[in-house]
Amino acid sequence: MIESHLPAYIPLTFLVFSVLIPLFAIWKKELSQPLALIGSGIAAFLSVFGFISRLNENPLRYFFGGWEPPIGIEFVYDGLSAFFVMVINVVAFFVIMHSARLSLRELAGKRMAFYSLAMLMMLGLNGMVLTGDLFNLFVFLEIASLAGYALIAIGSRPASFAAFRYLIIGTVGGSLYLLGVGFLYTVTGTLNIIDMSPMLPAVATDPAVITALVLMIVGIGIKAALFPMHGWLPDSYTYTNSISSSLIAPIGTKVAAYVLIRIMLYLFGIDLIDAVVPMSKIVGVLACAGILYGSIMAIAQSDLKRMLAYSSISQIGYIIMGFSLANPLGFAGAILHVLNHAIMKACLFLISGNLMMQEGHTDISRFDHSFRNKYRWSMASFSVAAISMIGLPPLAGFFSKWYLALGTIQNDNWLFLGVILVSSLLNAVYFFRVLEKVYMKDPEAEAPDESEVIPSNEVKPSMLFPTVVFAVALVVIGIFNVAIVTAIMNMFPGGL
Amino acid sequence: MTESYVPLLAVLVSLAAVPLILLSSKKPNLREFWTVLAGLIKFGLVLSLVPFALRGESVKTVLIELAPGIPLVLNADPLGVYFAIIASGLWIFTSFYTIGYMRGNKEKNQTRFFASFAVCLSATIGIAFSGNLLTFVVFYEILTLATYPLVIHKENKEAIKSGRQYLVYTLTAGLLLVAASALTYYYTGTLDFQPGGVFDGVNMSTTAAVTIFLLFLGAVGVKAGIMPIHSWLPAAMVAPTPVSALLHAVAVVKSGVFAVTRVVGYVFGIDFMADFGLGDILIAVSGTTIILASLMAFNQDNLKRRLAYSTVGHLSYIVLGVALLTPLGMTGGIMHIAAHATMKITLFFCAGAIYVNLHRENISNLNGIAKVMPWTMGAFAVGSLGLAGIPPINGFFSKWHLALGSLEGDMILPIAILVVSGLLNAGYFFPILHRAYFKKGEGLEKYGEASPLMVVPIVITAALSVLFGLFPNLFFGFYDLALSISASIFNGGLP
Repeated sequence: MIESHLPAYIPLTFLVFSVLIPLFAIWKKELSQPLALIGSGIAAFLSVFGFISRLNENPLRYFFGGWEPPIGIEFVYDGLSAFFVMVINVVAFFVIMHSARLSLRELAGKRMAFYSLAMLMMLGLNGMVLTGDLFNLFVFLEIASLAGYALIAIGSRPASFAAFRYLIIGTVGGSLYLLGVGFLYTVTGTLNIIDMSPMLPAVATDPAVITALVLMIVGIGIKAALFPMHGWLPDSYTYTNSISSSLIAPIGTKVAAYVLIRIMLYLFGIDLIDAVVPMSKIVGVLACAGILYGSIMAIAQSDLKRMLAYSSISQIGYIIMGFSLANPLGFAGAILHVLNHAIMKACLFLISGNLMMQEGHTDISRFDHSFRNKYRWSMASFSVAAISMIGLPPLAGFFSKWYLALGTIQNDNWLFLGVILVSSLLNAVYFFRVLEKVYMKDPEAEAPDESEVIPSNEVKPSMLFPTVVFAVALVVIGIFNVAIVTAIMNMFPGGL
Repeated sequence: MTESYVPLLAVLVSLAAVPLILLSSKKPNLREFWTVLAGLIKFGLVLSLVPFALRGESVKTVLIELAPGIPLVLNADPLGVYFAIIASGLWIFTSFYTIGYMRGNKEKNQTRFFASFAVCLSATIGIAFSGNLLTFVVFYEILTLATYPLVIHKENKEAIKSGRQYLVYTLTAGLLLVAASALTYYYTGTLDFQPGGVFDGVNMSTTAAVTIFLLFLGAVGVKAGIMPIHSWLPAAMVAPTPVSALLHAVAVVKSGVFAVTRVVGYVFGIDFMADFGLGDILIAVSGTTIILASLMAFNQDNLKRRLAYSTVGHLSYIVLGVALLTPLGMTGGIMHIAAHATMKITLFFCAGAIYVNLHRENISNLNGIAKVMPWTMGAFAVGSLGLAGIPPINGFFSKWHLALGSLEGDMILPIAILVVSGLLNAGYFFPILHRAYFKKGEGLEKYGEASPLMVVPIVITAALSVLFGLFPNLFFGFYDLALSISASIFNGGLP
């Protein structure tokens, strides 16, 4: 039975391929990328299959080696984790597909290392989503983070510095989380989430538990780039190579957000989370501050990748704010936004990769109207993703904002509603700034030669295909969002 | 209630023309053929809905769900059909006119222009037929985006500046609309448009009611050109004239006033509006806009800008009619949607014909042009007389109803506003006619009338203005339709 072992097979696939890639590289170095593609393809297929088979099913608790918790390690494969696993693996698959040619240009001699590390990082991220054990989560967190630091260090000269900074900050985050887990362990004597959850009401006001909660939220908040703990992110995403940024940006911070959801809504639960400290309020307000900060900073950036990096800080804010509302509509908005933002950001970063490939830079001030002819399809995809980011119907981005807005209204939280609306407008400012550059002639430039025909300089199909797939997916998800939202609503702890 | 795919097809037909237009970019005649064909089919489809509308029935297409419990609904009710006839009917004339204008002016990027235009028309019909607020939001935003490439068509500094202003205004409006819709859903549990409104019996404070109303007003007021959020409209005159004529005198701005009618009649309902004094807010805003816009029109030497301020004023006639909250006022407002459409499109067509033919766009340069462009200026005279409210042109007819409507509500101030505004309209239009007919022009010897592709549509729309003034029921029972829409709003759905 494949189905009952799926939670183990998905991360194991990545582990196997992370070892296979260096082994095959001894024989043939060119095989790294195809192997990574196969590995992530298998994982993506398994996780889509798994998500579909998990719909309307009870959560699958998978005990490694048959050892039951609290002795053994448990993976929990329920709707929410199946959904996250599917999102990250499918996005990673298309990003790796896109990277075939780009890796020749950007990674040079480091291809084997890159793809092997990428597989390791995916192992870590999948493990973080699937595990039902708080300490095991820390282990996977470190696997993903260490691989991530290395992936980011591959890039331009400042990349290694950015990666080092990320390493320091990230390790502090990981340690704070571990400290929190330690506190919880001393109080409850277990590390298993399902085991621990019913014990918490009795000790909810225990200072050790409160401290643990704060430490864990701060620690994971660093990983999720929750404002004001986002400092590592812009430099890391900007200076690293195009493949790392398009692989990490759409999924890295989301998995951290997922851990926050697990801690806040599942481990502690809606009733306990605000028992002593109004934790969900604080997290929500920080998320809102991040939404505005990220959007405003994005406007000020002159480099496309850096602009997208700040935009990520803002978008992760939507997700965290959504579930901090702790009502089904806000939750639905947040989880839908995980999917939407993963696809939008992946699409946008792939396009910046396309430009890197053909133009050798992503400097917005050097974009001009010739792009509209040179990169007809890339730019069309960019427009779709941008409009979805702004949140205009009927694209996917609108609907996550719609549910978020309904969620804020249900909580009578007018401040948050205002933030959602204002930030949409700020998104419009920074995206239309790029669109204007690309689609309009510079009125100051001297009259161009009318007879001149600008030939297409579009990237090869292997790079164009994933880009366009993401853009089309945004339209499809937008139109058929109800099916997804209904599934998400069922994941809300305690149902409706 | 009839279920049918006709409303959906009416929306999609111009959208289907877009790829065809894009593919035939190298063959201008074929490309324009698609536009005209789509226009004719669209108009035919809309006409096939008229018999239902006249019986007070609506034709519905229910598509996929947009959100749990909220489907994408196209509901061609009488008000929707009424607006759709105007938009799709005038699109046919505009198509021919546009061909003459764009070619006469040797404009660039014509393919993009025609494609965006077709999308705009789809969105407009979508707005007309939207059966609930969420569907409305979808088409409202599509219209915003599709109009943007038309506003920045010239790609010069002024166009880019106007384009930015346009986006800031309309995107903000879109967000307010989302907020207002979400609040409506929260309070009423539905987003459907129902004659007589959905807020009946909802227990809420005055603050909440006024807040939601103001959010809606900000949302639809931008496209309806309500002051002080009107200034994108004069700026958008930088777009080619066909855009100003069909979109910024008919489709886009009328979507705004149409939305006001929807919100007042089908979301809030007359009683709710009256109970919370919301009608008075609307009267104050629209009355002020009418007077101020007319005064500002005097200052404009650029013909299109003067027409734009005139549009701002006349859009508020419609809003005023709705705000009166009386059956005759509502009828007058609805009639003015059609009346202003035929008259103002005529005037813009004329302005464009003068521009293409003589390359003149300032009023001070129009001396004596009636001698060389008799048909164009004749039509211009009809349009401007009509807007000043002189019978037998249709502008008089709707104004008459607005006046009756205010008497019905025992209100004198709106009548005073209408009288003053009529005088002001005459004040800023007649000097143009005076220059054109009675002053001696210079350098006009080598010019004649503009191309027939432009003049024929001009004469037809001017003739329509007169015909509708004389026989309001001549085509499709327009007047009866307006009466029955107004009655259904006041009787809660019963015709």
